[in-house]
Amino acid sequence: MTGWLQPHRVVMIALALALVLWSAFSLRWDWLAEYAPLMAEGIWNTIWILVVTSVLGMLLAIPLGLAQAAGPWYLAAPARAFCTVIRGTPLLLQLWLLYYGLGSLFPQFPWIRQSDLWPILRQAWPYAVLALTLSFAGYEGEVMRGAFKGVPRGQLEAAKAMGMPRLTILRRIWLPQAVQRALPTLGGETVLQLKATPLVATITVMDIYAVSSRVRQDTFIVYEPLLLLAVVYMCITGLIVLAFRWLERRVPQRVA
Amino acid sequence: MKRLLALAAAATLALSGAALAQQIKVGIAAEPYPPFASPDAAGNWTGWEIDFINAVCAAGAMDCVITPVAWDGIIPSLTSGQIDVIMASMSITEERAQTIDFSDKYYKTPALVAVARGSGITPDAAGLSGKILGVQTATTHADYAQKHFAGAAAGIKIYQTQDEAFQDLVAGRIDATQADSIAVDAFLASEAGQACCEAVGAVADDPEILGAGVGAGVRKGEAELLAKINAAIAKVIADGTYDSISAPYFASSIYGD
Amino acid sequence: MNGLITASGLGPALDLLALSPPGWGGNLLRGLVNSIQIALGAFGLGLLIGLLSAYGKLYGGPVIRDLLAVYTTIVRAVPELILILILYYAVTDALNQLLVASGFARIQISGVMAGIAVLGVVQGAYATEVLRGAILAVPAGQIEAARAFGMPPVMLARRITLPAMLAFALPGLANLWLIATKDTALLAVVGFGELTLETRQAAGATKAYFTFFVAAGLLYLLISLVSGRVFAWLERRARRGEPGAGGGGR
Repeated sequence: MTGWLQPHRVVMIALALALVLWSAFSLRWDWLAEYAPLMAEGIWNTIWILVVTSVLGMLLAIPLGLAQAAGPWYLAAPARAFCTVIRGTPLLLQLWLLYYGLGSLFPQFPWIRQSDLWPILRQAWPYAVLALTLSFAGYEGEVMRGAFKGVPRGQLEAAKAMGMPRLTILRRIWLPQAVQRALPTLGGETVLQLKATPLVATITVMDIYAVSSRVRQDTFIVYEPLLLLAVVYMCITGLIVLAFRWLERRVPQRVA
Repeated sequence: MKRLLALAAAATLALSGAALAQQIKVGIAAEPYPPFASPDAAGNWTGWEIDFINAVCAAGAMDCVITPVAWDGIIPSLTSGQIDVIMASMSITEERAQTIDFSDKYYKTPALVAVARGSGITPDAAGLSGKILGVQTATTHADYAQKHFAGAAAGIKIYQTQDEAFQDLVAGRIDATQADSIAVDAFLASEAGQACCEAVGAVADDPEILGAGVGAGVRKGEAELLAKINAAIAKVIADGTYDSISAPYFASSIYGD
Repeated sequence: MNGLITASGLGPALDLLALSPPGWGGNLLRGLVNSIQIALGAFGLGLLIGLLSAYGKLYGGPVIRDLLAVYTTIVRAVPELILILILYYAVTDALNQLLVASGFARIQISGVMAGIAVLGVVQGAYATEVLRGAILAVPAGQIEAARAFGMPPVMLARRITLPAMLAFALPGLANLWLIATKDTALLAVVGFGELTLETRQAAGATKAYFTFFVAAGLLYLLISLVSGRVFAWLERRARRGEPGAGGGGR
């Protein structure tokens, strides 16, 4: 700890505190009380969308990575094409294509509206979850490809030589090591995923970003909601970083 | 070749002259809002409001540049100086008037509710009870829906553009949408609108929220510009230009009472 | 049945995408040009900011280092969309108030300039880390040798550090460039007429949402595939002096 609290850092912290105090007292925050419940709901929506899409995306990324690293060409080629398309186009566009593009096809197929799935399909969040899941899978699939390839061949060959069935090799040897290799990038990817979530506001999902836009529209206060929003995202980012640090410490690393 | 050069020189002169005459950036919403303002396939903005802006600028001898900016950030764009005037079908409301100054109104139309044909929805809280209503962000309709329908409706969806709200009405994701009567009429006249939907009348008036018609917005304290715009609007209305602009778009006058 | 729908649907779709009006293809291409322009500008600005900050982080004093750490941390933690909104409205507002207060006329910042500035600041934060890593990867001996010969710092950067680090930086920079092209789509939210907004307008006007979003997706994909090739070629060039390069091993 020695040397961390150097004089210039004290000055910087003091400046930051002064900035916080100044914004607390000279900017307008009277709207906070009225919108607090809505903001809590927005933060909750942002967080569950983040968690659900990251988990689902990761589950999808494993077969995508495996197919590219070791699959036959008829699996590897589609997986590769999927990752290229997802990584090569803006998420905003993918989201609008899924929501408005698919939506514009509904009137042509009246049976969709009669189906049991309609109460879900007519809402916005399934499209948001789908788009964000596919996006996460596309980026992380690429990472998993490298991770699967990075596992030393000798280990797989040794397992095969011991007569381990292929699925057991995957489950016990290959997958755990690949995930361990991908773990350091996973934290970063999750932060990127968090930063992608506000886009869902453009398809009417009420996340924290949408709530802050509503505050802006209702009260004509421009900067305060944006500042608070930035702080909220920084806090969530901090939580993600801490969570992954904890996770990485639990996964044993062999340092050569 | 020589003529071309002369032309180019003249154009440069005209341009520099224009720059001297203080260009006025007229902000419109970048999201299409037919029949008031929407881009055509050639990338030009067309519509009644565009024609009206041009007429007002000509009447006031102002050198205007039409500048599309995001609708939900149009007031910050004005106050931060990216544009000088808002002429984007913006209703004159007390809340907005606390932030910006408004000109005299240049049109006023009622707020209609459009629904899927035969749904039996009426434009009041009882009719919308348990239904999902779509409105465009940062509009008087959004404010109206929050105040009058938030308790009854199953949900109020906020769209970036009115086009997208109509689109979701066609898709069946919302049961009703509240919008300006002209926008609703234009939608209902379109192929998609004819196929699915109908208007079920105007919502009960609430002048405090729905405002006193549509006016041009300027930054607070720019009295000179505001006076110039007001004079130009009056002139356009008085000399018949207003009616001749409106004729191709609307069957009856939209100036309102 | 399915074939019929596609066969009957494809003709009108192509008409809608025709390059001259009444087709909307021309609008899309204009948007594409705007997007590429902003992406190039932002990438260039980001490289400049990144290079300066990377040097600042490596060789600067403790104050500069901490300030840069704050910059990169904030930019990497806050969604681009929000940074764009804050920078787009707040910074132009602040700039204008400053100008008016000091007796100048307000300036109007064009959408392109604002877009480049905003995305450039975002890119700069990521570029800082990429370039810092690349500079660190240059064998210290090379830099020390140049210093020992009395090379002035600027010449050292120009002749030794920058060319030598290029090979290490290129993969990261390629990624950044792709992010830049895709982030231009976010400017649609502040109403700037780049590819995504043009697409949205065309789709809204014609109600052919599917057609236009797919078409725009293909254009973005084209950019990313072409730039992938260009960066692969650049990387091969940058690595041509290295031992073992050209052998095919990656």
